[in-house]
Amino acid sequence: MTKPLSEAVESLKPSGIRKFFDLVSEMKDAISLGVGEPDFDTPWHIRDEGIFALEKGKTFYTSNAGLKELREEICNYLKRRQNVSYNPNKEVLVTVGGSEAIDIGLRALVNPGDEVIIPQPSYVSYEPCAVLAGAKPVIIDLKAENEFRLTADELKAAITDKTKVLILPFPNNPTGAIMERKDLEDIAKIIKENDIYVMSDEIYAELTYKNEHVSIASLDGMKERTILINGFSKAYAMTGWRLGYACAPENIIKQMTKIHQFAIMCAPTTSQYAAVEALKNGDDDVKMMKTAYNQRRRFLINAFKEMNLECFEPFGAFYVFPCIKEFGMTSEEFATRFLEEEKIAVVPGNAFGESGEGFVRISYAYSIDSLKIALKRLKNFVDRLRKS
Amino acid sequence: MRDELLALIEKNSRMGLDELAVLLGVNETEAAEELVKLEQEGIICGYHTLINWDKTSIEKVTALIEVKVTPQRGQGFDRIAERIYNYPEVKSVYLISGGYDLLVTLEEKTLKEIASFVSDKLSTLDSVLSTATHFILKKYKDHGTVFDKKREDEREIITP
Repeated sequence: MTKPLSEAVESLKPSGIRKFFDLVSEMKDAISLGVGEPDFDTPWHIRDEGIFALEKGKTFYTSNAGLKELREEICNYLKRRQNVSYNPNKEVLVTVGGSEAIDIGLRALVNPGDEVIIPQPSYVSYEPCAVLAGAKPVIIDLKAENEFRLTADELKAAITDKTKVLILPFPNNPTGAIMERKDLEDIAKIIKENDIYVMSDEIYAELTYKNEHVSIASLDGMKERTILINGFSKAYAMTGWRLGYACAPENIIKQMTKIHQFAIMCAPTTSQYAAVEALKNGDDDVKMMKTAYNQRRRFLINAFKEMNLECFEPFGAFYVFPCIKEFGMTSEEFATRFLEEEKIAVVPGNAFGESGEGFVRISYAYSIDSLKIALKRLKNFVDRLRKS
Repeated sequence: MRDELLALIEKNSRMGLDELAVLLGVNETEAAEELVKLEQEGIICGYHTLINWDKTSIEKVTALIEVKVTPQRGQGFDRIAERIYNYPEVKSVYLISGGYDLLVTLEEKTLKEIASFVSDKLSTLDSVLSTATHFILKKYKDHGTVFDKKREDEREIITP
């Protein structure tokens, strides 16, 4: 065949993480701090419920929007934890991970030429999904001095008359940044004034270590313009089950459901039954994992302090994002040398957008014992660089 | 801090004060004071090590003995429990609801020793009505820890 493939797809850059992945894969005995998923197994009672669903022969499609019982539990959960009320019959769509919700949410919202504002550093799929939806990504470079929060001024400066959607990725991967109520109120005002939509990716909502997470959808006048995305991967350690959801006004969910129905049909049935159990009886598991993450977070921040490595204290997700500018290397050079010399894999910050340059992402979805070894080697590496 | 501290040292009693303090987000003095308090209040009763004896060359036989007793006036089960737990070979004594009263864990070198403990010492106590002895064949999990299972990290090395 000689006919060209899709230009839009060919124009996408491969994920920056991929490049580094290939490098790490060649290194046999490397310790990785590069993983973006929990180290915990899915709690047993949730797995058991999945097994039980299989045993009972619940192996058919569910309705396109997802099991009714699951949608109801999602609404109960959001009311209980985030103080937002959704109608389970019209305003909820169960998706294949939060990732699908990002993709189809953007496709449901934008027309060619519409602008999608994406604060970076952030998760790698927003920009390509916006491009594939025909939108023009407009990047906001978040700043370390603001603890990588999105400020009203930054947002104001990025808005044009073509702006359609703001993607709000907090608690943030890779920086660990959070947006507190006051931060959200500041930007909500501008969002309303300019009549734009918000896609709020709250997949790490359960993992905050300061105040409880506030959803922007819970603020006055915001629910009607917000697609709230969440899922089971991070809170319940269920990444491999591929299950997430989107909540939004009826007219948006209706359009998203069309795409979902044609592209996916429905999210995996076994996973949906397991997820019902997670939402009904999983609060204690979430609490246990969150406590463990918080201990590791304190451990890392303390270790950075001791080795004088610049890092703002992150209060969300399970990442820290130390600054490595003092060593006069790019993030990739730093990560590559660290891997070659100390056999520890961290992810170069620029994989999450240009504004991540000068930083590396370290995940603490690892046991304290692994973190101890890794941190000792980081100290060796940093000491050596400072001497040379 | 108390609950979190207890959960941490229940899993790892060797954790140093410095590390405890960092993980709990307090300073070392605070952590040390809390530990002392917990010991004084009798909440922390000891710092033990979980050993899988099966892997050593040391022979040990463990039995669980269900004991039915007659409670004594004014003292309930406490007096008879004490009579039993005073034997050093008795590792634990629990008061149990249901079909019997006391659950006794006994550790000896041989089956014979267990048999003689039950027939000579335990059954002959005045308030003991009957006993049922069960031998432990294999320990799979103890104190929340699964023996003999190494957990491999099966995650991809780098994921976004």
